[in-house]
Amino acid sequence: MRAPSSDLPIVLDEVSFAVRGVTILDRLSLQLDPGAPTVLIGPNGAGKTTLLRLAMGLIAPTGGRVTWAGRDNAASEHRAIVFQRPVMLRRSGAANIRYALAQAGVPRAARDKRIDELCALVGLNGLGDRPARKLSGGEQQRLALARALAKDPQVLLLDEPTASLDPAATKAIEDVVRAVAARGIKVMMSTHDLGEARRLAGEIVLMHRGRVVESAPAEQFFATPQTAEARRFINGELLV
Amino acid sequence: MPDNVSALQLVLTGDPALMAIVRLSLLVSLSAVVFGALIGVPVGAAVALTRFRGREAVIVILNALMGLPPVVVGLVVYLLLSRAGPLGSWGILFTPQAMIIAQSVLIAPIIAALTRQTIEDLWIEYRDELAAMDVGPLGRIATLIWDGRFSLVTALLAGFGRAAAEVGAVIIVGGNIDGFTRVMTTAIALETSKGDLPLAIGLGMVLIAIVVVVNAAAWGLRRAGERLAAG
Repeated sequence: MRAPSSDLPIVLDEVSFAVRGVTILDRLSLQLDPGAPTVLIGPNGAGKTTLLRLAMGLIAPTGGRVTWAGRDNAASEHRAIVFQRPVMLRRSGAANIRYALAQAGVPRAARDKRIDELCALVGLNGLGDRPARKLSGGEQQRLALARALAKDPQVLLLDEPTASLDPAATKAIEDVVRAVAARGIKVMMSTHDLGEARRLAGEIVLMHRGRVVESAPAEQFFATPQTAEARRFINGELLV
Repeated sequence: MPDNVSALQLVLTGDPALMAIVRLSLLVSLSAVVFGALIGVPVGAAVALTRFRGREAVIVILNALMGLPPVVVGLVVYLLLSRAGPLGSWGILFTPQAMIIAQSVLIAPIIAALTRQTIEDLWIEYRDELAAMDVGPLGRIATLIWDGRFSLVTALLAGFGRAAAEVGAVIIVGGNIDGFTRVMTTAIALETSKGDLPLAIGLGMVLIAIVVVVNAAAWGLRRAGERLAAG
């Protein structure tokens, strides 16, 4: 385990986010502490993606405040994000990682070794020379993970990393998430897959209509959900 | 058909006068592409990546300038370079340099407008990823130009095609002086009006062949590059 990271806890205090009058997050409060992965669940449009972008610092809240270990404008050098549809640069897989390493300020001489390490971590050995855009969906998702990990983040944000992947590709991603979490990197990820939430989560955050409905340690959430929405969601009913 | 036959002879035997004209044409138009790109690519990228008042108007004007009439460009450059003009002291009117300047002015907006479109499309796609990787403004421009390089080749080709094919600008500022500023298009215009059709036809064939070869080379380059980079 590494030393407590300097970006944690990430605290969202009464955070609202609205675009052209449409409220996406509504006075939402949440604290992200070191530990096992935090998994965001909830229906489409609940605000999961927006929450991840706010936590990354890519967008600013229209109300309330976000702080990283108490700081208002913490540079994002210790945080990384993988978008739901990651965009591969028009280069080889290895060159994508090399680009991220260069941006992270990794010395030139150390990059080849890091590329090998990262490819091994995400299980992309031998695919580094292929054009990134010719890789399969699952391979691209893993390459995006490797690219995000290039800056050696303390917090890793993942937006539905396994959406539209088959079981084998999903398992590969989940294995990487577990390996990353075991290294002490704080993971916050969103998913639509309750099974995945059970498999990975240390903590569950159920979102609905821009608010946190329930947030609890995973075992407790699934064993004794406190809210009607959580019970319905766990039972596979549609939250609309 | 005798005209066509003697035209072919001129081309196949590498007639020195014809070859000199071809060489000058390539020199002028390729130089114009280089200068047009040095101006057009950064301007296009800057317009694509910055937000300022009047930006929409700039884009409309850039797009409109793609259809700039060569004779008007020739006239303006003529006025600038003529003895009484602001740049008259350079003394380069009726020289190849003047022709390069005129063609550069003609195609810089074409390259800028096409670059703007290419870079802006790529920027929309890359924006979030580059922001997440903390890429600064200069790094952004460099990344987008590099990753858009195969599309940008098309912009340069459009510029080259325009420069190689135009008569109006080079005839006004170059003067079509035999052995000095005579290029393929001006020679074709002159020889046709003089009635020397073999030379005109020969030059026409060479001009078309050059444009086809340059485009084929760029196409091949682009395909090869895309296989490597999966553009």
